Amino acid sequence: MDTLLGLIVLLIKIAVMLGGLLLAASYLVWLERKLLARLQIRLGPNRAGIFGLLQPIADAIKLLTKEDIVPSAADGFIFRLAPAVVAVTALLMFAVVPLGPDIRVFGRAVPMVITDLNVGLLFVFALSSLGVYGVALGGWASNSKFALLGGIRGAAQMISYELALGLSLVPVVMLAGSFSLTTIVDAQAGIPFIVLQPVSFAIFVISAMAESKRIPFDLPEAENELGAGFHTEYSGMRFGLFFLGEYVHIQVLGALTAVFFLGGWHGPLLPPVVWLMLKIFIVAVIMIWIRGTLPRLRYDQLMALGWKVLIPASLINIVVTGAFIQFGTI
Amino acid sequence: MSEDKLKTDEKPLKPTESSGWSALKALAEGFATTAKHLARKPITESYPEVKRQLPERSRARIVLTHDPDGRERCVACYLCSAVCPVSCISMQSAEQPNGRRYARWFRINFGRCIYCGLCEEACPTSAIQLTPDFENIQRDILTLVFEKKDLLVEGCGKDPSYNYYEHAGVTTDQRGKGEHASETPPVNVKSNLP
Repeated sequence: MDTLLGLIVLLIKIAVMLGGLLLAASYLVWLERKLLARLQIRLGPNRAGIFGLLQPIADAIKLLTKEDIVPSAADGFIFRLAPAVVAVTALLMFAVVPLGPDIRVFGRAVPMVITDLNVGLLFVFALSSLGVYGVALGGWASNSKFALLGGIRGAAQMISYELALGLSLVPVVMLAGSFSLTTIVDAQAGIPFIVLQPVSFAIFVISAMAESKRIPFDLPEAENELGAGFHTEYSGMRFGLFFLGEYVHIQVLGALTAVFFLGGWHGPLLPPVVWLMLKIFIVAVIMIWIRGTLPRLRYDQLMALGWKVLIPASLINIVVTGAFIQFGTI
Repeated sequence: MSEDKLKTDEKPLKPTESSGWSALKALAEGFATTAKHLARKPITESYPEVKRQLPERSRARIVLTHDPDGRERCVACYLCSAVCPVSCISMQSAEQPNGRRYARWFRINFGRCIYCGLCEEACPTSAIQLTPDFENIQRDILTLVFEKKDLLVEGCGKDPSYNYYEHAGVTTDQRGKGEHASETPPVNVKSNLP
């Protein structure tokens, strides 16, 4: 009976989470288009519904009804698989993000997280590395030079930034004493880690943006050199899955930034879930602002920043944090 | 080695330009600029509501114009048809009893036309002209094939004064031999022998 009840609760949580994520992703697209337009003194989508609010629905209908083309020279199986890899890995990362403290339903404690893995942070890293397989394989399976170049760039970029991303979170783990995201959030009940670890925060945000392949790190797409990069040959909903994956990834990035540095769901007055959503929203808006401001890095600059700046900086940061924990008062 | 090579064609930065502080300042300036633009009113003119007056010489729908005296300018010389890079112009020439040439039928397939304007440049009589009217969209592609009656417009278009038969040395009901502009009267070849 208990198992069954647990299963039902789990399914409800997954359904709510997936529904929320996909809805948020589609409206994040709207927000990005609208905000980016205003940053560039344009209007943005404004035809479908008031303020263009029905635009995501129109886009979804368009993507779903478009012809699904698989190039005859492409490796069909991998070509079809790659977009799903990108979307699924992005969605799965939310399984370990805590949305709030435990709530009580009919006298039972229900944790506000789908699964509280004790290696949640490693799980997130594993998935974010796997997500790049979608890009690399999609680029390779397309059998097109532009897509291949985009896929290779995606893989190279992942290798360069995964290291800095992982190292930047080591001090957070050291401070919280756990890999579990729930424990990390609980450790920030007093002071959020952004105050204690500003360097870590900066490295994390930069590397995470490189991981999510957004401007100024959008070299795998680089529309003015590579057509559309790794998804050049994709059309219809397969392209839509790449697109969806990117925008779910922005939410993941916002959620992880909130969980690791901004205190997760902690915050005064408002309910915990609202605080988390607010923090995700703020991170998303800042990322759109960055997209509207910065140009794309050159490839050697991207590599130099990753290997020569971020990795040494994060290593030094770990040593300094360790010294403080050992000898200091933190 | 390769790094040295890369460096050679870059201007060396002044110490004030290459410091981390100046880099941060430049970043902050960039973000401030975009943030400022967020508060500005968009400069977009929403198309179907606001229709901007296009420049007179912008190239869109093709028309056939008339002489200042109201007669068809086109003499069906086939030059536009020959110069057209997508072969969208076709016609058949004919001659009226008064000596004026005209197109028996004249057809432009706007489904193929790329609005390059070469026909207008080739035209010796200023008959064929491109207009700024670009709202020429049809659901059915066959309705984009324009016949002569669809192409002919009132007036002279961009060239208000030119009248081909005032200049051409062809006898028509308009001008006889030697009566055209900048033409000397014909000489009698039998009487001007030395």
